[in-house]
Amino acid sequence: MENVKELLIILISSSLVSNVVLSQFLGLCPFLGVSKKTDTAAGMGGAILFVITLSSAISGIVYQFILSPLHLEYLQTIVFILVIAALVQFVEMFLKKFMQPLYKALGVYLPLITTNCAVLGVALTNVQKEYGILAGIVNGFATALGFLIAIVILAGLREKMAYNDVPESFKGMPHVLLTAGLMAIAFCGFSGLL
Amino acid sequence: MKENSAIERLYNGIVKENPTFVLLLGMCPTLAVTTSAINGLGMGLTTAVVLTLSNVMISLLRKIIPNGVRIPAFIVVIASFVTIVQLLLEAYLPFLNEALGVYIPLIVVNCIILGRAEAYAYSHGPVSSLFDGLGMGLGFSVALTAIGAVREILGAGTLFNMAIMPKSYQPIGIFVLAPGAFFVLACLAAAQNYVKRKLAAKGKDVSKIGSGCGHDCLNCSEGACTERTAALKEEDK
Repeated sequence: MENVKELLIILISSSLVSNVVLSQFLGLCPFLGVSKKTDTAAGMGGAILFVITLSSAISGIVYQFILSPLHLEYLQTIVFILVIAALVQFVEMFLKKFMQPLYKALGVYLPLITTNCAVLGVALTNVQKEYGILAGIVNGFATALGFLIAIVILAGLREKMAYNDVPESFKGMPHVLLTAGLMAIAFCGFSGLL
Repeated sequence: MKENSAIERLYNGIVKENPTFVLLLGMCPTLAVTTSAINGLGMGLTTAVVLTLSNVMISLLRKIIPNGVRIPAFIVVIASFVTIVQLLLEAYLPFLNEALGVYIPLIVVNCIILGRAEAYAYSHGPVSSLFDGLGMGLGFSVALTAIGAVREILGAGTLFNMAIMPKSYQPIGIFVLAPGAFFVLACLAAAQNYVKRKLAAKGKDVSKIGSGCGHDCLNCSEGACTERTAALKEEDK
């Protein structure tokens, strides 16, 4: 029981309380770059969910069974980035060959997130917080879920405000950043949850 | 100024192509660590060290690294230097290591570093690459310190931990929290937009002024993602 409770806490805290983009600022590039339309945003979120969950599983296994027994913990940064980059390439080829529908849905986004800081960030956080493999996977899933929630909300807002009358200099990126700031204030409210 | 001379490279990095103020690159660390001027300075200088070392190393290895595998090779070089710097910080500046946390290893995916390796160090000699890295790194440090200073003054009324605002000043706490980072960057981007419009109206070349990265933290700079961006634009239609 204790274990389930722990995992549930990780799930809530990583997805809502310390949201990956709005309070940790990881993965800002796709968050700002691919949030013009809700469909594309959801596709990006789905791809991130897929990649982060998978990569936290793989990097957890690599850390527990290879780096840790050999006392090579200090190589984690190098190993993780190479493992993740290779993994995404492999997943892309695998999907292309065997799962056409999924590839059609996620294909465009996969190469964009090979070396996203959120993906590496989750792998490193898992090690830093000394999560086991299962807890690491839950943490990865929850973090990516938080990203999905945030990017879909932002895309919804951007669709609504595309034709708003804003000062000339604030058009585009500044406008989006202000919106993200307001969303971050709203997400601060979740900190009372735990 | 002579092209590729030390002074020209430093000027280019700090003023002309300042990675933060002009190119708006490397936003994740910019937002995350600028809660105070000292954190901004620490992050900036750490990045500058990694950038300078990796630029020199890549420039020295440029004839050995085959074109086809250059990106993985760059990443390994950069990640090695990041690991070295991280271990040094852990040993000698533990307070900074604590404050910056996971953002130190994440320097690996800072697009400014890979961008410079790809755009400059891979095609120039080690000395000018050294100054290129130094200039860009200092430009990044100046920008992070400035943003950190603004947030610290507004959010806590202090600068480098010294109280500088009058006692009657009520700190606006939100500026040192996460939302404040977005607001400060929004104002910065707006200022950049304003300058860009003014320059364009005067008929000056503004193609160098970028609006930040698109999608991928590591590969976003230079031409690396133009084709992918094009693919996404198709999707958007």
